Amino acid sequence: MSDRDAPGVPGVGRLAVSPAPAAELGEPGVRDAGTAAEPPEFVGRSPGQLAWMRLKRDRVAVVSGGALLFFILLAAAAPLVSKLYGKGPQDRFPDRLDRNGFPLGYAGIDAHHWLGIQPGNGRDLFIQLVYGLRTSLMIAFTAAVLTIALGIAIGIVAGYLGGWVDAVITWVIDLVLAFPFFIFCFAFVPLAINEFYGPRDEVSPWFRGGLLVLIFVLFNWTYTARLVRGQVLSLREREFVDAARASGAGTGHILFRQLLPNLWAPILVTFSLNVPALITAEAALSFLNIGMVEPTPDLGRLINNSVDYIREVPTFTIVGGSTLFLLVLSFNLFGDSLRDALDPKSSR
Amino acid sequence: MHRFLIKKLLLAVTTLLAISVITFALFFLVPSNPAEVMCGNRQRCGPERLAQIEQRMGLDQPAYVQYGQFMKGIFVGRTFGEGAAARDCPAPCLGFSFRNDEPVTAIVARTLPVTLSIVFGAAAVWLLIGLSVGMVSALRRGTFFDKVAVGTSLVGASMPIFFFGYLLLIVLVYETGLLPNPKYTPITENPAAWAGAMVLPWIGLGFLNSATYARLARAQMLETLSEDFVRTARAKGLSKATVYGRHALRAAITPIVTIAGLDLGTYLGGTVITETVFGFTGLGKTALNAALNLDMPIVMATVLLAAVFIITANVLVDVLYAVIDPRVRLS
Repeated sequence: MSDRDAPGVPGVGRLAVSPAPAAELGEPGVRDAGTAAEPPEFVGRSPGQLAWMRLKRDRVAVVSGGALLFFILLAAAAPLVSKLYGKGPQDRFPDRLDRNGFPLGYAGIDAHHWLGIQPGNGRDLFIQLVYGLRTSLMIAFTAAVLTIALGIAIGIVAGYLGGWVDAVITWVIDLVLAFPFFIFCFAFVPLAINEFYGPRDEVSPWFRGGLLVLIFVLFNWTYTARLVRGQVLSLREREFVDAARASGAGTGHILFRQLLPNLWAPILVTFSLNVPALITAEAALSFLNIGMVEPTPDLGRLINNSVDYIREVPTFTIVGGSTLFLLVLSFNLFGDSLRDALDPKSSR
Repeated sequence: MHRFLIKKLLLAVTTLLAISVITFALFFLVPSNPAEVMCGNRQRCGPERLAQIEQRMGLDQPAYVQYGQFMKGIFVGRTFGEGAAARDCPAPCLGFSFRNDEPVTAIVARTLPVTLSIVFGAAAVWLLIGLSVGMVSALRRGTFFDKVAVGTSLVGASMPIFFFGYLLLIVLVYETGLLPNPKYTPITENPAAWAGAMVLPWIGLGFLNSATYARLARAQMLETLSEDFVRTARAKGLSKATVYGRHALRAAITPIVTIAGLDLGTYLGGTVITETVFGFTGLGKTALNAALNLDMPIVMATVLLAAVFIITANVLVDVLYAVIDPRVRLS
């Protein structure tokens, strides 16, 4: 039985022995030459190493990965960037606006304000975006990690135990999938805020962020759970599970020590494609005034603010939107490349 | 087939019931004082007003009675309040919005056509573009066309509608004036004006979604083309057009039908972002405004309605799938 028969399940945990890298990448000519001239040198490589090699050879992966690293570093180092740049996210520059609140010059872009000035409140746009990235990435990453953890736990339990547990979980998944996401958010966020804060209280941004993470996890775990459940259903019939059971391993050991290591590839891909989806969802909610609100810098809220000035200063909308777009695009491109690298069978 | 159908329907009904219970609990039981919530966060309500709301909404009764009244109202209608303040809510009564002094059903009837117009037009656009580009891409794999299509669809799939929509507005309306600022006109009033207003949302939502569909169609078609029956059909001498256009297309299109059905169901519950961007008051935008005003009867009704759309789409897709692919019925 070959390791490659189940899609997306490279036999992790064992070493995949493969000839030199060129042959591994599917160039038959090299292999033939090797057998003719000198005995081929076999190097043991783990599937992780193989995937890493494929990823490094993929130009799209390198570029999008670089862009991602740039965005993440920028967001993580936001306070440092702010110090070097000399402006904070709440600093206003009213002297750079005309009487109507429109930035002077071309959107207010100059040597001091790299991406211009926000019309109306006169904030520096670049530092708004840097801090906006931070909000976006923090919420998306936290939600993605929790989503995946919950999805894995539930999916593994449903797939392995089967029977009525599986039936109940599958029904709950269908139930969650039938809930309309956006409308539910509209209802849930104001209600929750109303419940914890009075009408005039300042709502903590951490509370709002936490609320968004909670909603995202509640709605998103189903996809991971479904995926993991399906994989476990096919994996649990394999010999190594029988072997583990025969040698007296408990359910917990089989689930998390035997099955889980075989699932990391599809899980990693789901995670990498989950983050951009969450970034978009968070921005969409903030755009609709349901997510993060003033004064927390946020990409979605920034686009919402820009709409008031779209006729006079369209660059404001374009700069904010492009940042969000590039962020999501690099995540999507990288996720795609990652899938190809982890599953060589997938065709592009 | 009958057993399959009945099983699916039963499952759909139980899911819908569960959703109605959960939403009801969330809106009317979880808030420590629902009357105060419904009174709103902007205006302060005195104890008299609160008592009035409570009595009108039936909030002073036990939860199961309230839920029963709500469900009964959907089928036979109900009356809120008594005497001069009584408000009638005829048969499919989804609740009563005291802020608008209007039954929710009337609000839905006014705003749903907007959403329907957006969704069905956009769906036509994305299916047309997505399927044709995906198919051609698969058949001409590796060519310039394919590369451009794959690249464009990656870009499209990463573009949020609340950026793309504004880009369209900037380029086509504000800067060049090629199109007028969209303003909704009912199709019954003036079909031309209706279509004119819908062009932008159709392009916006349709183009962005077509990216996903093109990728899907391409992948499905590639997979189908590598299957044995395609080779057999070609080997027995059928023309390329027949094999690709009929045999392969039919096999490749099934999963796309599924996803299209589910997408339609989801979007019918509200294309709130598209509506916000282009300034239409559809179902989604109405729900958003109601939620921001804490007008809970409207929000709850839209949640339920959207769930009905999603679940109905699910059932339809399952049935359609069973018709197209007989293997599904057995499992």
